Amino acid sequence: MSRVLSPIAALGALTLSALAALGRLAIFTGQTFAHMIRPPFYIKEFGAALMNVGYFSLPVIGLTTLFTGGALALQIYAGGARFSAEAVVPQIVAIGIVRELGPVMVGLMIAARVTSSIAAEIATMKVTEQLDALVTLSTHPMKYLTVPRVLAGIIVVPMLVAVGNIIGIMGGWAVAVGTLDFNSATYLQNTADFLETSDIISSLAKGAVNGGIATLMGCYYGMNSGRGAMGVGRATKGSVEAAAVLILAANFVLTGIFFSS
Amino acid sequence: MIRFENVHKAFGSNRVLRGVNLHIPKGESMVIIGGSGTGKSVALKSVLGLVKPDSGTIFVDGKDASEGDHDAFLARFGMLFQGGALFDSLPVWQNVAFRLLRGSLKRPTEEARAIAVEKLRRVGLKEEVADRYPAELSGGMQKRVGLARAIAAEPEIIFFDEPTTGLDPIMSGVINELIREIVVEMGATAMTITHDMSSVRAIADKVAMLHDGVIQWTGPVAKMDDSGDPYVAQFISGSAEGPIEAVR
Repeated sequence: MSRVLSPIAALGALTLSALAALGRLAIFTGQTFAHMIRPPFYIKEFGAALMNVGYFSLPVIGLTTLFTGGALALQIYAGGARFSAEAVVPQIVAIGIVRELGPVMVGLMIAARVTSSIAAEIATMKVTEQLDALVTLSTHPMKYLTVPRVLAGIIVVPMLVAVGNIIGIMGGWAVAVGTLDFNSATYLQNTADFLETSDIISSLAKGAVNGGIATLMGCYYGMNSGRGAMGVGRATKGSVEAAAVLILAANFVLTGIFFSS
Repeated sequence: MIRFENVHKAFGSNRVLRGVNLHIPKGESMVIIGGSGTGKSVALKSVLGLVKPDSGTIFVDGKDASEGDHDAFLARFGMLFQGGALFDSLPVWQNVAFRLLRGSLKRPTEEARAIAVEKLRRVGLKEEVADRYPAELSGGMQKRVGLARAIAAEPEIIFFDEPTTGLDPIMSGVINELIREIVVEMGATAMTITHDMSSVRAIADKVAMLHDGVIQWTGPVAKMDDSGDPYVAQFISGSAEGPIEAVR
């Protein structure tokens, strides 16, 4: 009997564990947003987070989207040639980058670069009792560490997405004009004509959500890290995995919301 | 000033504190001794709210430590952590002046820096250290910076968590002397946890022995060697034979 029931018990335990983790994350998210609207506000820490999440991410975002745009142009040209549709390269690059690849690539790069560093930093602070030290110095760790980072992510990642979109489109333009014999002015004109305001709004909204997810996961896993070097390693790995999966899932949901009709 | 009344705390099935009763009068330096994993840190952190007791009450000046304005409550405390717990991302002077740069005790930056430099001098560090980062300092210097941070806001109560762990005997002696001097000149109430007997003799007015989740013995440091308590006697002698089980 127990052999029959053990897989069911294991499934039940897994479900309960997953729901408990979801509940803890939901509480953490709620607390973060509640602290955002209650003083004190740590402006200096917010400024530092803006620089770390935004400014210092520009090189990796620029290179990633540049190569993505270039590869996309080559793929669309090669694929379009099968049914004489090579001319649609500017339009498809623009829509592909702005609607999907820009926000997703930026989100994933932020998860790789920022989420991991936030998780490792906060987890190390926890392991070395720096979080306890903050409390004894009358400073709430969520207000001092989580709120500035999450707020910076929500504000600055859409800007990174905007920059990434432009660079991605220019990557496609460079390949199209440089190697596929497209006319430069026509390419840019077709891109501008084809994009709609809703494309840009959806792109920036996805950026804000992705920025929030990436920074929140870094803080959550860091704050809930286990002990020692292994604890820090697990927190860092878990934060990047969770951020990447949630960014892709949120992208799917937001695409459904913006474009299903 | 600080009174533990029947404080219990368990982590899962591990019952760490099983009814701790202890009184630390105002201006007295109490040192809690006990083996590793006996709950000394848990007892100390329970006062500050870093660990919540399962039952029992901790009173500070007759008021339940878990009630009231927690920020105002914590502003009365300074704490030296075992590993220093200095903030890596901040230079030394901002670590020391952390409480003076934000919150209810906020001062102008120049004034906060001047206080930090003065406190660094008090613990034997030169002004040049102020602009360095914690990672650039030796273990002894980090302890001194931690001590300077603990006293920066002139707290009424100072906690010391294993103040000499990881230091050589000479540096341990220096830190012990500094702690004693500072506690006496500030008139602060001090609670120290340690298993370093040289710290106990240098810092303590009174000693409490924590074992099996309860205070086994408490008394003046002068009576510690003749306490007649088998736990204290074994702990002082460092013998493997006695009521404290030693895993080989």
